[in-house]
Amino acid sequence: MAQTGAIGDKIFRSVVLIAAASILVIVAAIFYMMAQNSIPTIERFGIGFLIGREWRPAQEQFGALPFIYGTVVSSLIALFLSVPISLGIAIFLVEQAPKRVARPIAFMVELLAAIPSVVYGLWGIFVLAPFIRNYLGPFLQDYLGWLPLFQGRLTGIGMLTGGIILALMVTPIVTAVVRDVLEAVPTTQREAALALGATKWETTRIVLGNAASGIAGAVVLGLGRAIGETMAVTMVIGNSPQISASLFEPANTIASLLAANFAEATDKIYLSALIEIGLVLFLVTFVVNALAKLLIMSVAGSANSAKHV
Amino acid sequence: MGILAISIDRRRRLVNSLMTSLTAICAIFATLILLIIIGYIAIQGVSSLSFQFLIDTPKPVGEGGGIGNAIVGSAMMTLLAAAIGLPVGIAAGVYLAEFGKNWFGNTVRFIADTLIGIPSIIIGIFIYTLVVLPMGRQSGLAGGLALAIIMIPIVARTTEEMIRLVPHSMREGALALGAPQWRVSLNIVLPAAASGIATGAMLSIARVTGETAPLLFTALNSRFYNFYLDQPMSSLTVQIFNFATGPFEVEHAMAWAATLILAGIILVINILVRFLTRKRF
Repeated sequence: MAQTGAIGDKIFRSVVLIAAASILVIVAAIFYMMAQNSIPTIERFGIGFLIGREWRPAQEQFGALPFIYGTVVSSLIALFLSVPISLGIAIFLVEQAPKRVARPIAFMVELLAAIPSVVYGLWGIFVLAPFIRNYLGPFLQDYLGWLPLFQGRLTGIGMLTGGIILALMVTPIVTAVVRDVLEAVPTTQREAALALGATKWETTRIVLGNAASGIAGAVVLGLGRAIGETMAVTMVIGNSPQISASLFEPANTIASLLAANFAEATDKIYLSALIEIGLVLFLVTFVVNALAKLLIMSVAGSANSAKHV
Repeated sequence: MGILAISIDRRRRLVNSLMTSLTAICAIFATLILLIIIGYIAIQGVSSLSFQFLIDTPKPVGEGGGIGNAIVGSAMMTLLAAAIGLPVGIAAGVYLAEFGKNWFGNTVRFIADTLIGIPSIIIGIFIYTLVVLPMGRQSGLAGGLALAIIMIPIVARTTEEMIRLVPHSMREGALALGAPQWRVSLNIVLPAAASGIATGAMLSIARVTGETAPLLFTALNSRFYNFYLDQPMSSLTVQIFNFATGPFEVEHAMAWAATLILAGIILVINILVRFLTRKRF
């Protein structure tokens, strides 16, 4: 009996160990396969690939800068819009609203995260883009039109639309992490502040100060999602590899370049170029996510992060 | 002095109520966005939904048709993903919960969380290089594998958390009765955590059902009913993408109707899970 137990333990343990190890193998294999398949362009273009501004696959010219620029700018727009709102929602849910109000609202914000990317894209094309073309765009041009950011032709499709869609998609994720982080701040801190005569808002500011690194983690996690978000952005950003100061102009991101062109890339060097830029995206999101995880762990402990999928 | 104190006090209270209202506005804004999105899907979707739409295949571009083959394709690839992703993910989660309190467990946990955040299109490229290039064509198999890889880390982490909720006394009781570790894990701990693991599994299925990017160039698309995993396969999400980005009004309407089906499935799973778990935890 003891014998079968010992053998059974060994088998059981090896099986689950292999399953756990498979996660490491997958990540290593992703890196290996992508690096392996992008060797042709890495050898041929070197660093010029990342800083070149011309992307003409037919002429075998591959400069990835417009896509890197588009990814960075659209993600920054997304964070600029979503971080204050996410903070507001999280503060409302944790610090201010009574439980019976907070619970349904929290659930609805979580549902926003469950809506698939392609659905945001569909909504972006047929609802958000016309809204920007007919209302938000003219409004911005009337009042801020002297800024280069808001000049140019209004089609509704472009960098700003991409950034706004991203903001909507990132908000529930950032909110969820900030909520966890705020909930991890001990109640005694709030009680101490309130006992000293601080108002509710002043108490919240103290709580925010103590949760700062966790909130930074939430923002970085949101950045990671914004950088990698693909379908919705592809559908509204216009897919044009240009670097323009105007947010109304079409642009492109790394992820949407891949989504729109990968299936057609039959030529070996073109495929290699796309895989190399995918490798860049992989490495950047890997580092950004790892950083976010470290920051969040420093406040909320390690058990929480699986909730934010 | 007294007047100054009162005016400062009034300012503090004013700031307090201002900020309180601002945070409430943020919360209302988010719920409104959700309602607007769901409202559009419901109204636009219902108007072009019919039984025929659910079983037809798409007609040549611009002439309408249905999404029957896309529903079958999505179901087949999601099932394949679940058949691979759930056992591997659950086993990995068991490892993390039962034996994972060491450097290796911490590494797996950390890498799993990072993998969850990797853009799904990267998984698509990975499967393209691993499966599509050697096979020489896109296939439902490749699509299902890509979805399985997305599932594994999610299922692993939720399984771990659910197992950790099982009281220690149950484990100790079984061990004290002489049961070996593996019997304790399989016959005591896993059944106790089963409903939690099942809800996690359902959420991960909902998640991959909504994935588009990893299917674009692994499963590609197909205009026909296809039941063979080695052939290109249609999916609801890729079909919605194609319909929505095309120039035809008919197909835009079809995109909304297909979205109603897709979002309906996903939201129902999410709401159901919420309803089921509320009683227990």
